[in-house]
Amino acid sequence: MSDADGRREIPRILSSRWDRKDGYTLDGYRATGGYQGLRAALRMTPAKVAEEVTTATLLGRGGAGFPAGVKWGFCPPGVFPRYVVVNGDESEPGTYKDRIIMESDPHLLIEGTLIACYAIGASQAFLYVRGEMALAQERIAQALNDAYDAGFIGRNILDSDFSVDVILHWGAGAYIVGEETALIESLEGNRGMPRLKPPYFPAAKGLYMQPTVVNNVETLANLPWIVSNSGQAFADLGAERSRGTRLFAVSGHVENPGVFEVEFGTTTFRELLYSDAYAGGIRHGYDLKAFIPGGASAPWFFQEHLDLPLETNVVGAAGSMLGSGAIVVMDETTDAVKAAWRIVRFFARESCGKCTPCREGTSWLEKILRRMLDGAGRPEDLDKLLDICDNISPAITWPPRQTTICPLGPSAVSPIASAIVRFQDEFRAYCGGGEVTVAIGGKAYVPAPTATPTVGAPT
Amino acid sequence: MARLSPENVAIATDTIARYPRRRSALIPLCHLAQEQDGYLTEDAMEHIAELVGMTPAEVLGTASFYEMFKLDPVGDYVVNVCTNISCLLMGGEELLHDLERKLGIKAGSTTPDGRFTLEDVECIAACTEAPCLQVNYRYFHRVTHGEVSQLIDDLRAGNRDDVPRHGVLSRVRQVLPENRAGSVAPEVGVEPVWLSRNRTEDEEGAAR
Repeated sequence: MSDADGRREIPRILSSRWDRKDGYTLDGYRATGGYQGLRAALRMTPAKVAEEVTTATLLGRGGAGFPAGVKWGFCPPGVFPRYVVVNGDESEPGTYKDRIIMESDPHLLIEGTLIACYAIGASQAFLYVRGEMALAQERIAQALNDAYDAGFIGRNILDSDFSVDVILHWGAGAYIVGEETALIESLEGNRGMPRLKPPYFPAAKGLYMQPTVVNNVETLANLPWIVSNSGQAFADLGAERSRGTRLFAVSGHVENPGVFEVEFGTTTFRELLYSDAYAGGIRHGYDLKAFIPGGASAPWFFQEHLDLPLETNVVGAAGSMLGSGAIVVMDETTDAVKAAWRIVRFFARESCGKCTPCREGTSWLEKILRRMLDGAGRPEDLDKLLDICDNISPAITWPPRQTTICPLGPSAVSPIASAIVRFQDEFRAYCGGGEVTVAIGGKAYVPAPTATPTVGAPT
Repeated sequence: MARLSPENVAIATDTIARYPRRRSALIPLCHLAQEQDGYLTEDAMEHIAELVGMTPAEVLGTASFYEMFKLDPVGDYVVNVCTNISCLLMGGEELLHDLERKLGIKAGSTTPDGRFTLEDVECIAACTEAPCLQVNYRYFHRVTHGEVSQLIDDLRAGNRDDVPRHGVLSRVRQVLPENRAGSVAPEVGVEPVWLSRNRTEDEEGAAR
């Protein structure tokens, strides 16, 4: 089957209930196949469920893109209890998809969470919703109450020997809590600061130092479909490492901003940004200046990247990332310095303060950029900005190196370094001249506006 | 200026029982206190410390990390305008300035009559609906100049039942019924039955 553009029709794994008025209720959910994935899972062994997820090559949808099946496998054998923690602390600038799932289809998330608990052997799950999302909390609270009453959660679920509690928990405003070890700290009643690594994965030592699987909302929402239709059916969609479908939020200077479910790995940025089925092109006929392919932490992309597919490895090889599926489009009217400053201000405000390079570095980057915008830029500022970047993330490479416990600091570096190099004249205009002499290590930052990146190049 | 009411102590006790460790309930309890008083008072933090077995300083230590906990009184309506990248591109700063003029205050402050607090906030996950704002954490999408002025007038006149007073988040509480599975403390190192039973089946399958 294919649509008018010749593109094959794809199943709506994640967004099928968004248009239904009652999609968020238990009745609406059950009327549209809800909780069939859980029933299917209970007919399989837990190991078989985990195997299906591994076969599906379900990459984590929170930002890091780590395969969910592999992550589950890091739970040390024989160590119990195990916990599942749902990361619903969506707050990467540009990202808007987990909130839609939580508000419009909360039972899908709950069903996915139950399947994960069954597979890894967790007896308790904590659903951590961002504090600012009052409606999502309401919808999930109601959905949990209804699901308990209907016997989908609790003791002996659907008359099986599977028993689990799902507890709604909510945060209180802190971007850094999206980092999984910070999320666990927060869930333990502490300041949300990332933990020192190793251990690298909470699956080894997480909540209360027990094996803990932390999965993103969108990641878990795929599980009912995968279990019902098989991991292979999921893997049949998409390309290379990027399988299944994925939600992308396209925001900024486009005619039709929105959240779109597309086939992962095959759809190109050009299709997503320009097709009338999706974002509908740059607003008012302006030209594209730059776009952020994966949330504020991602280095910027430009015209020459439009024909790249939304594929994890391809985008990584081209010097950026798909991150949290957040595409922010900037047209030619955008002030690159202003945009870079606003992103840096975010990281400066959200730095938890644990590591010096991030705490001090992001603040100084913000101050210098603010001073430039206020008309007091100096010729040495360009070099100074990049020197600070280099101190947070040595050699400013992609993927970034870290002097910090978590990637927040380097996340402030990559986008502004890419902006400074590409739009050097704009930065210079704010500084009364100036030259870049700091060496930049990543090939992504060498401006090559005429070159077309090779699609599908091996990494 | 108050400890938790008896009714809220009952909610707090129920909340604490959901977690294997009492202090995990700290953030939900701080929200409960803020729901009661509109902000997080010292008395409430002391009371919470007693309930979860921490010192008041530890409660303050955690609470002060999080943007949403207000340690001083705020307006009845906290208006959070997003000016992060997607909203910046679509007029978020102009929206903030409109509100500053309308309310006669700068972002980060409260009107003298105590009705409104205005904040310049980071991304609130409504990027495709920019520019956006929240009032007491209720969303308003693709806000125009005229709409925001009307919204403030309506709030001031008490015509917006959909926006509860500051501190109230979810108006639905999770209720754990009789058939709950029960919290599992980290000390209980028992393999769940559905796993051990199936592990045996798998191993036997492998042996066959």
